[in-house]
Amino acid sequence: MTVFRSSLDYLAGQLRQIGLFIALIAIIIFFQVATSGITLKPINVSNLIVQNSYILILAVGMVMVIIAGHIDLSVGSVVAFVGAMSGVMITQWHIPWWGAIILCLILGALVGMWQGFWIAYFGIPAFIVTLAGMLTFRGLTQIALQNQQISPFPDEFRALGSGFLPDLGGGTSLLEPLTVGLGLLATVLLVAQGVRSRMARRKYDVEDEPLAWFLVKLVFTAGLILLITFLLASYRGTPIVLVVLGILTVGYSAVMSRSVFGRHVYALGGNRLAAALSGVKTKRVTFLLFVNMGVIAALAGLVFTAQLNLANPKAGDGFELDAIAAVFIGGAAVTGGIGTVTGAIIGGLIIGILNNGMSILGVGTEFQQLIKGLVLLGAVAFDVYNKRRSGSH
Amino acid sequence: MTTNILEMRGITKTFPGVKALQDVSLAVERGQIHAICGENGAGKSTLMKVLSGVYAHGSYDGEIVFENETVEFKTINESEATGIVIIHQELALSPYLSIAENIYLGNEQQTNGWIDWNKTNREAAKLLARVGLKDNPITKVTDIGVGKQQLVEIAKALSKEVKLLILDEPTAALNDEDSAHLLDLIKHLKGQGITSIMISHKLNEIKAIADKVTIIRDGKTIETLDMHKDEISEERIIKGMVGRDLGSRYPDHTPHIGEEILRVEDWTVYHPLHHDRMVVKDANIHVKAGEIVGIAGLMGAGRTELAMSVFGHSYGAKISGRVFKNGVLIKTNTVSAAIGHGLAYATEDRKHFGLNLIENIQRNISLAALQKLARSGWVDANRESTVAEGFLKSMNIKAPSVEAITGKLSGGNQQKVVLSKWMFSDPDVLILDEPTRGIDVGAKYEIYGIINRLADEGKGVIVISSELPELLGICDRIYTLAEGRITADVPRSQATAEYLMQRMTQERDKES
Repeated sequence: MTVFRSSLDYLAGQLRQIGLFIALIAIIIFFQVATSGITLKPINVSNLIVQNSYILILAVGMVMVIIAGHIDLSVGSVVAFVGAMSGVMITQWHIPWWGAIILCLILGALVGMWQGFWIAYFGIPAFIVTLAGMLTFRGLTQIALQNQQISPFPDEFRALGSGFLPDLGGGTSLLEPLTVGLGLLATVLLVAQGVRSRMARRKYDVEDEPLAWFLVKLVFTAGLILLITFLLASYRGTPIVLVVLGILTVGYSAVMSRSVFGRHVYALGGNRLAAALSGVKTKRVTFLLFVNMGVIAALAGLVFTAQLNLANPKAGDGFELDAIAAVFIGGAAVTGGIGTVTGAIIGGLIIGILNNGMSILGVGTEFQQLIKGLVLLGAVAFDVYNKRRSGSH
Repeated sequence: MTTNILEMRGITKTFPGVKALQDVSLAVERGQIHAICGENGAGKSTLMKVLSGVYAHGSYDGEIVFENETVEFKTINESEATGIVIIHQELALSPYLSIAENIYLGNEQQTNGWIDWNKTNREAAKLLARVGLKDNPITKVTDIGVGKQQLVEIAKALSKEVKLLILDEPTAALNDEDSAHLLDLIKHLKGQGITSIMISHKLNEIKAIADKVTIIRDGKTIETLDMHKDEISEERIIKGMVGRDLGSRYPDHTPHIGEEILRVEDWTVYHPLHHDRMVVKDANIHVKAGEIVGIAGLMGAGRTELAMSVFGHSYGAKISGRVFKNGVLIKTNTVSAAIGHGLAYATEDRKHFGLNLIENIQRNISLAALQKLARSGWVDANRESTVAEGFLKSMNIKAPSVEAITGKLSGGNQQKVVLSKWMFSDPDVLILDEPTRGIDVGAKYEIYGIINRLADEGKGVIVISSELPELLGICDRIYTLAEGRITADVPRSQATAEYLMQRMTQERDKES
């Protein structure tokens, strides 16, 4: 009985995480039923990943900025600016596609250094600097494109946005073998990592997660990966952006939870003054975060441009808001210090599935906006309610 | 019976899982100053929140009788309307509004719905005169010191026709001079018929002005002592608070003093905003291995400013002077350089400068020396837990686990986390700024023990404190600081509170 009680206590503490996960599943099931099975059709799952990839990529950078207690309103314009420059580089300057990608990522870093300088070293609030950036980079986009669109792009470049990993089955097998292999590998790694960290935590006697819950979580996550693997393998295989996204998610999750830099970001967001007095180089950390955000925004810009096969002066409009919404739905705190990369990804997926499902159902954009707004408000209200309940004294 | 202005009977207040108050009774006589003491977490503040309506009637059991009538407050506004005003430990003034605006905040002086500024400022000036504050009522609150802000709070209470004034740790943030003034004022108000309830950790203050003292321990009333009837000593009150005799308030310690470990020479610091204002002037201090050195000074004397400017230039502008470590000139321009040279500074304000309150214990402890737990930039989280577990035991931190959030710990335990953080960075010199501020007697004793242990390990310890008895109790040598200058360097054997106070309040010498 006491074991049961302590398990319940543990789950109550994890309410936010569980709630987020359940919400994602509930939304998927809802749309699966409402769209009579279209939502989980292989082609739709593949599209869903591809079409939301740039928001998810932005969310990874944004959650780090928000954990540090800042915000970045400029990413939509940076997406457009980098997209425009990639077009200019490839079609007008005749730089090879791979060279353009490298130059664009460097350009993103420069954009981040520019904004990071004003925020970290000059002390202007990020809200103001990136609001200015939103206007500045939109203007630069229009100058670079002279208000024209640029199209088409070479196939190799387009693959970054809409390409798939090669089909090892030669297009004849029922399930694409490379995707199946990657899916199984991911599942094995996930299970191994989960078990290993639990064992280590038990060894150091800091484990408090009930075994049942650990197993439920593990089986569930593994099942989800296998399901997605199956669906992708029965369509065209693994989208290249999914690989990019996977690397970003795993890599930045590790950075945020296990690296000294990541710890410093949390410390900075939790209490900037205490962090500074503990030897955290707060200005440098802030600067690097914005450089990182710039590079990630550039990557999102490349993916978006490659997907549309078009550099457009209006590209990326409102992306910053989608990315910020994803981060907050994913459980980050407005005041900084709290949030996770995986939370932001799940938040982004919730928004993506809402968009996708409502489009399939033929819900007008006016209602899509309305519903997304209420979901954001509801998610944060849930957070605030939880905090008040647990912290009331 | 009828002389009691307030009677609280059988108050029980439960939070999920905790019984914060258990059948507490309190009777306050009209026109008296009634002190309430108890260790942190004993339930003093909860009791006052019940009284003032912060916890609405119905959320607790028991009865409150005010001026012979049973009262059932649902909000603070209702209790204030009856004449009960509470002044919280953390002042609730709006920094960019004027004194007068703050006094009448929520109670604006209006004519036909528009604020009457003449009346507001005129009335405010009268109230300020009553609390002995000479500042202009249109001065912004941010421009006056904490001591004066406390007086503004009292003026605000007076504007509400207060009959019962509740002060929660009114002098916690004040220096001795401002404290004395405030205590005088409370006595003066008593003369005007205002009853006060004062929560305080400072036993000498209670002894000085209280008529009665009620002691609360673990959510229960232990006893009420009449300060006039018997000769009530501080030790007697402490005994009631902790439920046992503390043989001494300071642990015995025989110092083993070695070579000089840190020396600061000709240290001068200017105010970060007003560049012509000198905050620390030509300070020379040193500390030896195994030595506990005190820095005494009134608030505003530049104690914290001296410490923080040495520690990575964390305060001030145009800093000049030299720092020697083991006789070698070092640079401490950044916090990480200072930490690298073996310095540590535990702040006086742990909530704002010391801890990440939304983060857990282990991550707070590891923050200043994360590199020690990392290999090529990656933190070994398991080793981190082990280290934190070690401190949890050795420092006797009362928390469910190292993953408990520091914001939910008591003041004493938070302070132990701050100390653990700096001990883990393994410094040679620790500067502890008000290490026992706002923590209870039992935890203070433990902190003193830790300070002695650090000295015995051969570290140099510098303790900054507003409480002279504390410095006299634990230090081997004491510097006094007045207006940014070191005015005395006294060994423990020759130091008396009177002498230190005299040097701390010394007028500035005639400047050449």
